[in-house]
Amino acid sequence: MTSTMPAIEPEVGKARLRKEDARLIVGNTRWTDNIVLPGMLHLALLRSPMAHAKITKIDTSAAKELPGVLAVFTGADFADEQGSLPCAWPITPDQKAPNAPSIAVDTVNFAGEVVAIVVGRTTYAAHDALEAIDIDYDELPIVLDMAAAVEDGADLVYPDLGTNKSATWIFDSGEAGSGGDVEQAIADAEILIERTYRQQRLIPAFMEPRSVVVDPTSAQFTMWSATQIPHILRVMLSMSLGVPEHKVRVIAPDVGGGFGGKLQVCPEEFIAFLVARRLGKPVKYTESRSESLQSAHHGRDQIQKLTLAATKDGTVTGLKVELLADMGAYLRLVSPGVPILGAFMYNSIYKFDSYRFVCTNVFTNKTPTDAYRGAGRPEATFAIERLMDELAVEVGMDPLAVREKNWIKNTEFPYDTVCGLTYDTGNYEAATAKAKELFGYDALRTEQKERRDRGDSVQLGIGISTFTEMCGLAPSRVLGALSYGAGGWEHAAIRMLPTGKVEVVTGSSPHGQGHETAWSQIVADQLGVPFEDVEVLHGDTQSSHKGMDTYGSRSLTVGAMAVVAAADKVKAKAAKIAAHLLEAGEDDVEFAAGSYRVRGAGADAKAVSIQDIALAVFAAHDLPDGVEPNLDSEATFDPENFSFPHGTHLCATEVDTETGRVTIRSYVCVDDIGKVVNPIIVEGQVHGGLAQGIAQALYEEAVHDETGTLTTGTLADYLVPSAADLPNFTTDRTETPATSNVLGVKGVGEAGTIASTPAVVNSVVDAVRHFGVSDIQMPLTPMRVWQAIRTGQTDAGGLGHEAGGGLGSVSTSARPAGRKTHTNGEAQ
Amino acid sequence: MRITVTVDGTKFTDDVEPRQLLVHYLREQLGKVGTVVGCDTSNCGACTVHLDGHSVKSCSVLAVQADGSEVTTVEGLARDGKLHPVQKAFHDNHALQCGFCTPGMIMQSIDLLADNPDPDEKAVREGLEGNLCRCTGYQNIVRAVRDAAAHMSGGAGPEAEQVADEQVKAGGAQ
Repeated sequence: MTSTMPAIEPEVGKARLRKEDARLIVGNTRWTDNIVLPGMLHLALLRSPMAHAKITKIDTSAAKELPGVLAVFTGADFADEQGSLPCAWPITPDQKAPNAPSIAVDTVNFAGEVVAIVVGRTTYAAHDALEAIDIDYDELPIVLDMAAAVEDGADLVYPDLGTNKSATWIFDSGEAGSGGDVEQAIADAEILIERTYRQQRLIPAFMEPRSVVVDPTSAQFTMWSATQIPHILRVMLSMSLGVPEHKVRVIAPDVGGGFGGKLQVCPEEFIAFLVARRLGKPVKYTESRSESLQSAHHGRDQIQKLTLAATKDGTVTGLKVELLADMGAYLRLVSPGVPILGAFMYNSIYKFDSYRFVCTNVFTNKTPTDAYRGAGRPEATFAIERLMDELAVEVGMDPLAVREKNWIKNTEFPYDTVCGLTYDTGNYEAATAKAKELFGYDALRTEQKERRDRGDSVQLGIGISTFTEMCGLAPSRVLGALSYGAGGWEHAAIRMLPTGKVEVVTGSSPHGQGHETAWSQIVADQLGVPFEDVEVLHGDTQSSHKGMDTYGSRSLTVGAMAVVAAADKVKAKAAKIAAHLLEAGEDDVEFAAGSYRVRGAGADAKAVSIQDIALAVFAAHDLPDGVEPNLDSEATFDPENFSFPHGTHLCATEVDTETGRVTIRSYVCVDDIGKVVNPIIVEGQVHGGLAQGIAQALYEEAVHDETGTLTTGTLADYLVPSAADLPNFTTDRTETPATSNVLGVKGVGEAGTIASTPAVVNSVVDAVRHFGVSDIQMPLTPMRVWQAIRTGQTDAGGLGHEAGGGLGSVSTSARPAGRKTHTNGEAQ
Repeated sequence: MRITVTVDGTKFTDDVEPRQLLVHYLREQLGKVGTVVGCDTSNCGACTVHLDGHSVKSCSVLAVQADGSEVTTVEGLARDGKLHPVQKAFHDNHALQCGFCTPGMIMQSIDLLADNPDPDEKAVREGLEGNLCRCTGYQNIVRAVRDAAAHMSGGAGPEAEQVADEQVKAGGAQ
């Protein structure tokens, strides 16, 4: 038994290098596509080039004759057993939801939908056979533009539904009792700002293409999948495909990014399962990048009609938000709820008296949309942060001053917002002061004026985003109130091994975040064991049987709280045994730095370590009467509230008024995410988030042409930024602990993405506002910026005319053009 | 067609289809799954390996083109249990999150440092332009490459990297 109390430096807060890296940097990886099983067959999928059509004939006979082809299936082969892909979030009782087959049976509703499956001995053989499949289509009217789709007489994606509107969801602060009547605020407004912003369609573009392997040859069906949600996937396979839940095991091995894009129950996962079950053989399907961009779910795609009411002194009084949200052709797992997650964030950090939010979800013949990093909250943050800049211009105030005038003061927390949330803590003053200093705000304003005065061809702009977000999805009662199909808890277990090592089982499912490192730090502190002695098990429903997985910045604020709760139970069990071994009463022993001692006995007193107790429990020779020989414990944590990270992001851009080129000169963000477990991981999350938010502002857009073909169907056309396209970021933090959890932590996974997009756009608009420009539609390509300067046209450049056409673009010339229902954007 | 290729120091002779991509040969026939495929248009660089000491996107090279050549993948960098300085720098600087782009990023970084042993930030960013990462925002990758440059010493890389050409040499690619 140890006899001295070691001085242990807390692990939480330490800049630990990641455990995960050791395998990843040498190529010892377990990507799903790496998996090879005896007798494994390979799938290739034929996808519809048509956005909306009846399938009139499929002839697979020639494909079946090719060497190395074991089977070819069409929708008809699985029509009776494929069920419908699940949508877990019916936002209203009358929501319209079409059946969502994994493989189309008689109609295709977006270009990219699966219409045939080839099973080959090799991927090459399977892909060769795709070309031998003969399909005839009868074109149907194509619905592409969501605004046109909700007008009377519009062509319908689903004629039998009678409308393209899936559901309309409303929040009204007057009706909810959380605020006043927004129409009254608008009627009384001294200043009224009305704007329409467009959240362009984006693609998550995780680096690892989706992949799935299904092995039907053991007692349980085993599915390996590149997924964020192995636990949800298992339940959904069972509920949708008629396989008992205890006969399915799902494994998420190494998963190469997700960003919401792998928060999905995918057609390809169902297809692989169906084929494996039919053939009794292991199968693998790995998508190509083009398939991924074309058919994996997209994000954003909303039209935001906004009305802000204010007084002449710049005080906001009311906000009305009317949204159209493009669902694409089907409701995927949480598609309908994504815009609703934004409903609670339009008021952001500001004190509004009244608020109304109306969102109509719309079907079109495009790739389905669903969660993408931030999911609803980036859209909301963009809208309010753009509006605050517009208000500042309207009332002649500095945009930071107008924000400060309206934000919740540090002394006003906890604060009940106009949409009914309670923000526990925040310190917008501190974050903003720090950001201003790092940025050199006043000096940049001076330079901006100087360059404007002398008519410099390169103008300087300053963009601000003082954001907050709700994260840690989510209190189950809130999800219940929003009609979500599940709870928002998380599960964890701790296993104390005889040698004193610790296994932590978590229901969170990492795909790059660094859970193994962070959880090890937390458990090291909780149990007083070395960081190296902790192994984190995850992503396999056999070892981690219970979980709600990873998305919505929930792992730390929910998942790690379950880990802490499980550690508390381990310690409670160990205390009984420690007291016995120390021949003291249970109330007389205390736990510190990994050991139990008699309280007040001093550092030199006899101690038993948690490792000693683990061995004593293993032997079980000398335990107190009635005590089970087991320290292992599990816990399920359901949060009481969200956590509310916030921060101030400042972006300086230089805009070449002669070419429209935008260069980010400096980007400073000061985020307040409460207590920090690992500052290195936090910084990495912020960097990556910023990159994606900046990419929305400047580079990325998923464009469908008038036939419904995705023209940004390769990474040559869909502009995921490279190292050369992004600046260095200056990141810092303030630390206002959350009160909603014992560690005082808030989420950080989405913060950078949520905050950065409006900071960049505000900056560019600020640079060219003196040309009469009050908005430029994202992405702010040089063409659009140049056109805006010249003409004031905000969506200059148009859609579908500039992004496509690069290397590997999906060709639309090889087949007749579909009927034109609407052409997006404006021609040059 | 029959090809003979030395991969990470081991010589292999195999029959391959003329159309087979080098990356598929590495992954499917040799089990070198440390090298990954991230796209189908040679934009992402995840599949980057060294062919006779120079970085190539192995999705854009046919296996038959590698006949008689030496290929180094991320799996062949560590020597005697010691990481290549670039691998170590990626770990030390938190230059990876999900790690999917990492093999290609590391291989391209080594090639970059062979051309320019002391690149400034701009040179690193431009040198890695053909390798996409969705997680890190690149800042720590850039830092890692510059950190590696400061730590690189001659002969740090494997033998296959040590090819003579007219370029200025440095560290692991000497």
